[in-house]
Order: sequence, then C-alpha cells, then structure tokens
Amino acid sequence: MSARQDILNAVRAGLGRKPLEPAPPVLLAIRACEAQERIASLLRCAGVLAANTHHACSAADAREYVARAMNGRTAVASNAPFLRECGITGLANVRTGITDREELRAVCAGAGCGITSADYALADTGTLVMLSSLEEARMISLLPPAHIAIVPAGRILTGLDELLTILPKPADRTSSMVLITGPSRTGDIEQNLVRGVHGPGEVHVVVI
Amino acid sequence: MPTAFNEKISQTLGNQKLQLALYAGTGRLVEHRKHAVAEERLPEYQELRSHANALKKHTIEHLDHYLEQLEANVQAHGGQVIWCRDAAEVSDFVLDLAKRRQARLIVKSKSMTTEEIDLNERLEHHGLEAVETDLGEYIIQLRGERPYHIVAPALHLTRYDVADIFQEKLGIPNETVIEKQTMIARSVLREKFLAADIGITGANFLIADSGAVVLVENEGNARLTTTAPKIHIAVAGIEKIIPRAQDLGVFLKLLGRSATGQPLTVYTSFLSGARREGEIDGPDEFYLVLLDNGRTKLLADPDKRESLYCIRCGACLNICPVYRKIGGHSFPWIYSGPIGAIITPQFLGIQHTPALPFASSLCGACAEVCPVKIDIPKVLLDLRAGVKEGPGKAKSDWLERLGFHAFAWLMCHPKAYALMGRFSRLAPLLNIGPLRAWRSQRDLPAMPAKSFRQLWKERG
Ligand code: SF4
Repeated sequence: MSARQDILNAVRAGLGRKPLEPAPPVLLAIRACEAQERIASLLRCAGVLAANTHHACSAADAREYVARAMNGRTAVASNAPFLRECGITGLANVRTGITDREELRAVCAGAGCGITSADYALADTGTLVMLSSLEEARMISLLPPAHIAIVPAGRILTGLDELLTILPKPADRTSSMVLITGPSRTGDIEQNLVRGVHGPGEVHVVVI
Repeated sequence: MPTAFNEKISQTLGNQKLQLALYAGTGRLVEHRKHAVAEERLPEYQELRSHANALKKHTIEHLDHYLEQLEANVQAHGGQVIWCRDAAEVSDFVLDLAKRRQARLIVKSKSMTTEEIDLNERLEHHGLEAVETDLGEYIIQLRGERPYHIVAPALHLTRYDVADIFQEKLGIPNETVIEKQTMIARSVLREKFLAADIGITGANFLIADSGAVVLVENEGNARLTTTAPKIHIAVAGIEKIIPRAQDLGVFLKLLGRSATGQPLTVYTSFLSGARREGEIDGPDEFYLVLLDNGRTKLLADPDKRESLYCIRCGACLNICPVYRKIGGHSFPWIYSGPIGAIITPQFLGIQHTPALPFASSLCGACAEVCPVKIDIPKVLLDLRAGVKEGPGKAKSDWLERLGFHAFAWLMCHPKAYALMGRFSRLAPLLNIGPLRAWRSQRDLPAMPAKSFRQLWKERG
C-alpha cells in the first residue's frame, strides 16, 4: 500500500468514523484607528524594534531621507511603481528594473542597501507586509545588509487581523507573503541580542 | 530508572556553569513571556488560548479531511506532496531528488521534525552536505550535538564554548565577542546559501485552505533557505495543520509571545509553492513532506490525542522546575521538558522510555503556560498508569500509582496542600517502607522552621 493510503487509513482507524463538523468560527477583530494614529503607531513600534523611522511630508522629503540613509552605499530598488513616482529610483547609485532572477541575485549579493515599497504595513506591531510579484522581489529586502522601505500612508492597516480580513487567502495573490517586523536578530549565544545575523540588520521605515 | 538517564542528570546537576546558564536562560524566557501576555498588553490572551485549543481539537479530530484538502491545494499551486511513514522514507525521497537534480549542498533552517528523524546524518552518510543555518543550530551541528531546547538550541553554551568550536572547526582563533562570532557565522553561511542546491525547512503551520507552509523566525535564515536555492522542501508532521489562513490571527499572536515574548517574530513567511509566473525570484520546485513517524498512534486515545496540539513554543520547558534543573540533554530524545515527557513515550513506545513520564513534579506550571492548553500533567498521569500496567509489571506498584494521583490532586487543591505542608515536616518518615525506593531518586530540601505560607500570613 502507498504511504499516503497507509497514513490516511491509520488516521481514520484512530479517529473512528465521524461526520465532518464545521470548524470553530474565525476570530478576527479590527479596532477602529484613525489614519494619523496608524502612522504614529507604525513608526513607534518599528522604532522600539530598532528600525530607523521617518514620516516624510512629501516625495522629495522621502527622496532626501533615502539618499541620506544610503550614506554613500550602493542600492538595488524594487520595481514598485511607487518608488519611481517618488523619484527614488532616479537617485545616484540605485539600480532598478531587474526582472531576471540570476541577475537580481548577483546585484543583491553585492548591494549595500535594498529599497522596496510594501504592500501593507501593520500599525500595532511595526510590521511591513511584502507580497512577492514582478514589482517586489523577495531578495531585495533580504540579501543586502540594509533595507529601506517606503510606504504610502494609505496602506497602513491596524494589524494582523485587518490584513487577514482583506486578504483571507494570501495564496490566491502570491506564492510568498512575508511579514517583516524589525531588523534580523538572534539571541542564540547567551541570549545576547545581535542584529543582522542573516537578514538586514538595518531597517528603515519611511511613511509618506 | 535506566542508568543513562540517571547519569546525564547527575552530570547536569553537578555542573555549576551549566546550571547557571540553564537557570538564567530559561528565567529570561519566562519573564519575556509573562510580560508579553500580561492583561494590559494582551487582554484577549485567555480567549485566544481557548480558541487555539478548539481549533487544534477540531483539526486533529478531522485530520484526514484537512490533510486531503491541504494536499489538493498544494497541488493546485504546482507543488508536490510526499507522504512518509517514517524517517527512512523522508531521507530516501530527499536522496533520490538530490540524485536526479545532481544536488550536493543542502541548506537547512531550524526544524525539530528533521532533528526527530536524524535527517542530516542520513544525508551526510550518502555524501551530501547538509548545513544548519540557524545560528544556534549551526553551533550545535559543529559540536555534533542535539538541540538543548526546542526554541533555543544552544541554550547551554557560553561564548567561550562557541570560541572553542569556531577555533576547532573554522580555524578562527580565540574570538569571544558575541557580535563578532555572529558575523563570522553570517559570512560562512551566506556563501552556503548562495551555493546551495536545495533548501530544507520545517513548518510552524500548514494551512489547509491555502496549501501553504508558514515559517516563523527571527534571523532570516528560513527566508534565505526558501529563496536562494532552486528547490524548497518543507518537512512537517501531519499534526501541524490548521484549517484556514485566517486562523493565523489566533496562532501567530500566541506563538511569538509564548516562545520569546515577541508580539510577532521578525519574519513570518507564508509560502504556497514555487515561484509563479510573473514573480521574479523564489524556488522553481516545491515539495511538502508529510510525516507520520508515530503520530497516528496517538490518535486512538481521545485523552492522549491532545499531545498533538503542540505548536512547539517551548514555554512549558522554560517554566518547568525539572527541565530547569536537569536540562535538555538529560531527556532521551530531541523533545525535552514536559512536552518531551509526554510525546516521546507515545512516539517511541512506552517500553523504550519507561522513566520519562516520571520526570516531572506534576506542579501544573506547564499546563498553565501552554498556549494551546494541553493538559500535560493529566497526560503524564495517564502515561504513568500505562507504565505501571504495562506488560511485565506487577500490580504491586499500586501504592506508588496511588501516591502520584494523590500528589496531583494535592497540587490542584491549595487548601489541602497547605495542610499537607504541616505534615510534610514528617518528611524523614518517607524513608520507610515502600516509599524508600521512591525517595532514593529525590532529594527533599531540609524543612525550615516555618512554612512559606505561615511566614506570608504573619507578614500580612
Ligand atoms: S506543549 Fe504547549 S507550552 Fe509546551 S511547547 Fe507545546 S505548545 Fe508550547
């Protein structure tokens, strides 16, 4: 007998025949939260996790912030139209427009910063939500030692429950949804907190 | 009790340095958890626990249904599901795939399930290189050890131990600064990631309605493992399943807080198969290995079934007075602490680990912190009864069995416990009669003149 049949048979034998009951209800609660409060909460929570934060009043302001944050390093930017609209992809030393996996990998492995937008952000945990697509690759927020994310204020949700309410099945949209909450960290040696162990140790969250 | 179990325990108890590391390490995790689930930060904590328990109960009771749904959805996204009865079937699958794809180097992100089946050893035996990439796992792999704790694998080691092993295995002399040690591991492992042919992960959750695998981590090594190589294999026990993506609202809020006190860990990856058309990066192939390895044996007994609800947060280890003294390596298998004490005998068979259900004081702390509300002390008692009633055991142990039941009852009834406190001043009497054997495994501390309860009362 195949392993599949064997295992399913063993499960059924163990459980005994039982009609399928409905699953317990979904438990999601969205609290009311004004736009300004969402921005403040997102930046506050990200800041507590040692991300650098900035509330930009304009695209030009965000552009200047990114240039400062790059601090002479090279960067690779995602293909998110929002970055282009803000003029961020036009900054010096920023590579963008890459759609080939191998090329992107090589560029990301050598770049000092990865610049992305975010599909959503979660106010109550300081989280960036990245859906993999032609506009946002997975590696840009992962391989370079610094990650700079530029988020339009309208994409800030209250929290995980709101995300799962508007996106009940993320798998319908993408093969990879990643929630990023602060810089990469480890406490594996004597529970001493060290940032940047594998992912970016430096994260910037910029809200426009 | 078997001597190996005893020896490891006395070694651990006699090692001052280790005792300190254990006590401090688990103590910090206990504090972090307590802070994170406190009423003022998470008022809905108890509601979340009850709901998580109800969801797990429902899923396990309809496990066949959800497994088939999961399989169909993985396939719908172009992935393959590999069903494996045991460890050998998993390694056969990986070896065969590696051969067909001419793969040599495998990167792995922390997974207790692959530890459970000794996957690394099996792969290395056939000439493949399998590298652990979680910092703690990497260190213990260099040392040729098993994880000490299900969440913090290198809990028992100091920076000096790390310096020694880096010197021995990487040829880096005398580096004792933790930040620098971490960066050394980063650069060694980064090269492995970029060269790897296959990435193997576990799964914190399997999502039936999405055909997805959810990975929860802080370092980014699971993301790299599932992004850099062209092939991603996720190995998961069949019990890791939950019905809907939306149920993550309950489980993610509990897991990070219970494990390390984090509302969300740094990275939560929700992965449903290989990269799709239009996506720039991600693996080309995705395989989900569904492992039984003894799990279906637990289903028959409705009382013990709940052992399969575990989400491996480690909270019960940290709070357990026994784990905090005897440590993770004193347990006979990779699952240690209270959860290890209940699943090991059930997975491996009670005849292999008759001592394990007794490695607990039944104080009930584990059940109190468990985010999915597994009644660990109750399962332990059931298992103890099983050992005593097992083949070859005379019924003459009834006195001991009675003793444990009485003990458990006392722990749950504070008034009776208080009364007992006065009588316990008669502890030396425990050394007579049939209780002598029991006492030989236990050191009772000397009794103070007044009990804590009396002192507290006088204070107030
Ligand atoms: S038994 Fe409960 S507390 Fe222990 S590791 Fe599992 S989920 Fe966590």
